Amino acid sequence: MNTSFEPGTKGETGALSGGLPADGIRARFRVDYAGFALDVDLTLPGHGVTALFGHSGSGKTTLLRCVAGLERAAEARLEINGELWQDSAAGVFLPTHRRALGYVFQEASLFPHLSVRRNLEYGMKRVDAASRQVSWERVLELLGIGHLLERLPGRLSGGERQRVGIARALLTSPRLLLMDEPLAALDLKRKNEILPYLERLHDELDIPMLFVSHLPDEVARLADHVVLLDQGRVTAQGSLQDIMARLDLPTAFHEDAGVVIESVVAEHDDHYHLTRLAFPGGAVLVARRPEAPGQRLRLRVHARDVSLANSRIEDSSITNVLPATVREVVEADTPAHVLVRLEAEGTPLIARITRRSCDQLGIAPGRRMWAQIKAVALLG
Amino acid sequence: MPLSEHDLAAIRLTLELASLTTVLLLVVGTPIAWWLARTRSRLKGAIGAVVALPLVLPPTVLGFYLLVTMGPHGPIGQLTQFLGLGTLPFTFAGLVVASVFYSLPFVVQPLQNAFEAIGERPLEVASTLRAGPWDTFFTVVVPLARPGFITAAILGFAHTVGEFGVVLMIGGNIPEKTRTVAVQIFDHVEAMEYAQAHWLAGGMVLFSFLVLFALYSSRRFKAGLS
Repeated sequence: MNTSFEPGTKGETGALSGGLPADGIRARFRVDYAGFALDVDLTLPGHGVTALFGHSGSGKTTLLRCVAGLERAAEARLEINGELWQDSAAGVFLPTHRRALGYVFQEASLFPHLSVRRNLEYGMKRVDAASRQVSWERVLELLGIGHLLERLPGRLSGGERQRVGIARALLTSPRLLLMDEPLAALDLKRKNEILPYLERLHDELDIPMLFVSHLPDEVARLADHVVLLDQGRVTAQGSLQDIMARLDLPTAFHEDAGVVIESVVAEHDDHYHLTRLAFPGGAVLVARRPEAPGQRLRLRVHARDVSLANSRIEDSSITNVLPATVREVVEADTPAHVLVRLEAEGTPLIARITRRSCDQLGIAPGRRMWAQIKAVALLG
Repeated sequence: MPLSEHDLAAIRLTLELASLTTVLLLVVGTPIAWWLARTRSRLKGAIGAVVALPLVLPPTVLGFYLLVTMGPHGPIGQLTQFLGLGTLPFTFAGLVVASVFYSLPFVVQPLQNAFEAIGERPLEVASTLRAGPWDTFFTVVVPLARPGFITAAILGFAHTVGEFGVVLMIGGNIPEKTRTVAVQIFDHVEAMEYAQAHWLAGGMVLFSFLVLFALYSSRRFKAGLS
């Protein structure tokens, strides 16, 4: 795992993208608008999900639109897995409709005058039959929209509309899927309805995705790789686990701050109805999962759900306690709290505790402690 | 039969003129409206104002300038003569050209509004779905702007049927060639044939009412839906 990311460094992820020049996304854009400038130079993995993360106004959407060719940057070079899409120095600019991409907008933006079926066919029909790699049946099944085909977009719920929008983009067999906060316009219930579909895309399709989000939990669920943007510049990038475990980034100060752990289903306890999930450095017990042993599950442990103790407390109702070493203590978003980064045999943890506890327990780098995990969120 | 042969000829001529003019207006007006709806050019205001001029100018002013430019010494007149077409004033073709100018704002403005209402997004969506600009125009813009096209066609047609001053200036009053219903009514009144005038004038009132009624009720219907 690459852990050498520094804020502001560029193109350091070559190792993650496989090293070959043909595999990977190289994007260099410079845009100067009145009051806003975007200046990025990125090398991203040519597979998996990359999240562009930052708050509003950080340039995530502008970057995505530049990649799509919807925005024309004054200075630009864009190469997608060996294909040159744009090079301002050489006067190359492939217009959007010639770029093999799929774009999912914040609002589904279905054509209101066409049925769901004809919306889906719109892009598919415009791609040569020879380059269609995503099958109609597969996409309908993947997004669960087979029963909606004859409806007009006006008769769909927000979640259904967004699923159709994603399916429509996928049916063009894109070489790159761009998603601009596809969940932002949805309420929590619809979000939870659509997230599993996005996770299935991630697991089952081999299409690289660029995904814009401002919510750490969403990023934690879907991304493999994270690019942090602030005021039009890249402040950090790296694997999801690395970025989420860092205390020097704004992600750490979000109310949903916390680490991501890739675990494997170890065993089921049918008596207590629990499942043990193992990862380097330990294991946690969670309520019984349907997955078979050996399957991978992504866990999220929020900083607010981790408390620390100097000795193992046996008379506590908290089941999940891990031995860990303190690596770093930094100030949190309020003067009453601190953030503590720990390591349990290679697995990072962050705890958000009061400064008072920190002083009373004598927490300092190097100290061995017990991390009590009050809650674990399973990200599928 | 309350309508004379001349009356019927005038009605036929009026319908021919309005139909041809409407078709030409849609062909000419669509690109102008599209440009006005999408441009960020500083010329937008000036071009928009020029298109709207017939709304406020007396028809005689428009007719006068058209007469001059299309006449034997005007630039258009010289061009048509050079091409061996003669001059346009006092011909049906001249009347069509004049009507296109005269009714242009009635077609451009509803189209421009319809195009503006569509916004940028559907065009961007179409481009991400591999549709080029022309493809997008015919498969997305035209269907979405359909109410605008219908309104534009109805208004263009109706307004051409109702023109008088420009017809008189450019077309004169030649039976079967340039004598429209409006001019025919004028003739009847001049000749004190009030009964004849009534039939045609009443017909125009009814026609105009039906057109506007259709337009306004369909608009209300649409507004109720969205």
